[in-house]
Amino acid sequence: MRHDHVLTAKQFSREAIEAVLDRAAEFADGTREPRHADALLGLLFFEPSTRTKMSFETAAKRLGGDTIDMGAVDSSSVTKGESLADTVRVIEGYADALVLRHPKQGSAKMASEFVSIPVINAGDGAGHHPTQTLLDLYTIQENAGLDDLSIGVMGDLKYGRTVHSLAHALTNFDTTQHFISPESLALPPEVRYDLDEAGTPVEEHTELEFVLPDLDVLYVTRIQRERFPDENEYRAVASEYGIDLGTLAEAKSDLSIMHPLPRVDEIDPAIDETPHATYFEQAHNGVPVRMALLDMLL
Amino acid sequence: MTDSNSDNIDTDADHQLRVSKIQDGTVIDHVTGGQALTVLTILGIDGSGGEAVSIGMNVPSDRMGEKDIVKVEGRELSQEEVDVLSLVAPDATINIVREYDVIEKHRVERPTEVVGVFSCPNANCITTEREPVESRFSVLDDGVRCAYCGTLVREEFAAHIGGK
Repeated sequence: MRHDHVLTAKQFSREAIEAVLDRAAEFADGTREPRHADALLGLLFFEPSTRTKMSFETAAKRLGGDTIDMGAVDSSSVTKGESLADTVRVIEGYADALVLRHPKQGSAKMASEFVSIPVINAGDGAGHHPTQTLLDLYTIQENAGLDDLSIGVMGDLKYGRTVHSLAHALTNFDTTQHFISPESLALPPEVRYDLDEAGTPVEEHTELEFVLPDLDVLYVTRIQRERFPDENEYRAVASEYGIDLGTLAEAKSDLSIMHPLPRVDEIDPAIDETPHATYFEQAHNGVPVRMALLDMLL
Repeated sequence: MTDSNSDNIDTDADHQLRVSKIQDGTVIDHVTGGQALTVLTILGIDGSGGEAVSIGMNVPSDRMGEKDIVKVEGRELSQEEVDVLSLVAPDATINIVREYDVIEKHRVERPTEVVGVFSCPNANCITTEREPVESRFSVLDDGVRCAYCGTLVREEFAAHIGGK
């Protein structure tokens, strides 16, 4: 990867993506030796995280390096009013690269302007989550291939940062992207603008039913309770955009179902035992993919 | 073409504009009608700097129908300073005046980026926080876009003036 910072999936070329995925495959099958015994990864998570944070920690340690963790926001200097710009400049002196999750969009980009070590965006509000996208692409490549692909992305497309990053990255491939959501949670105009600029085939739907038979991959995202004014409206939408075994009757036999997790009610656990379920494999892929990324950046 | 620093500014003789000539400074002519105050806001001219400022608004214009005109005494605005005006006044012309004569005349050119002029309308953008960073927007064919959060602003630029 030629970039010092990993800020959005928009910066990824097809060649850069393939280089990361190839290296991830080498780490996954044990044909590439870990190195970077002296590398220290700084973890700055201003929002909760399980998979992203733990898989970065695992990746750094499996490479032979280590992590230092800012810890919870309420036990850091952030509670004293320290700016993000100051925080990253301080931790720059402790670590070889920074992994940043922050509630504000553009935070990773701003942070990158204040430090000279790589900044990796681990989620900036409703903006981007580019390393999730790399592991998503790795999972798609393993299960369906990245070209001649019909993918459906369903759920909260407005605030879902994994959706935005994946949509950008897939413009590098021969992919038709179907977006399925209630109108209130449709793709933001900024993302749609970029997809149109890229000339990628895009279709937006409010129902899964008619597009499902065409899909090779169905990427489901969680609809968040806090996006709705009342519990009843949330429940109605959440059930409409959830899937169970009955939903899949019309799906291709090799449909791959993905989810960035955590899930709540949107995928019935009965699907877990079917060959369609790839979401736990997807979460596990976070380690080799982040190993590959760190290996290239450090 | 008439002299934008004279009293008689490409209007019918019956509708002469009575804005006094300036000795030294900048005349911004052919500003889209009604945008003169926005122009001043973008340029950060609010009178507190002591410079004499004259404004004509919705003045009849042969070419534009109606136009605004802004004269700023004692300050020669650079091309970079005025190019951002192209977003609200794409037809504006800039006249640099010395000793009552227009010594330089040019059009505003659409910049590729504007820094510190607009504030991002996205309340969740990092530039709206207490951080040491100026707003930055890239200029598109049909609007501007926040360089940090990607938010598109396609119209009503004036409502977003006030970058930090």
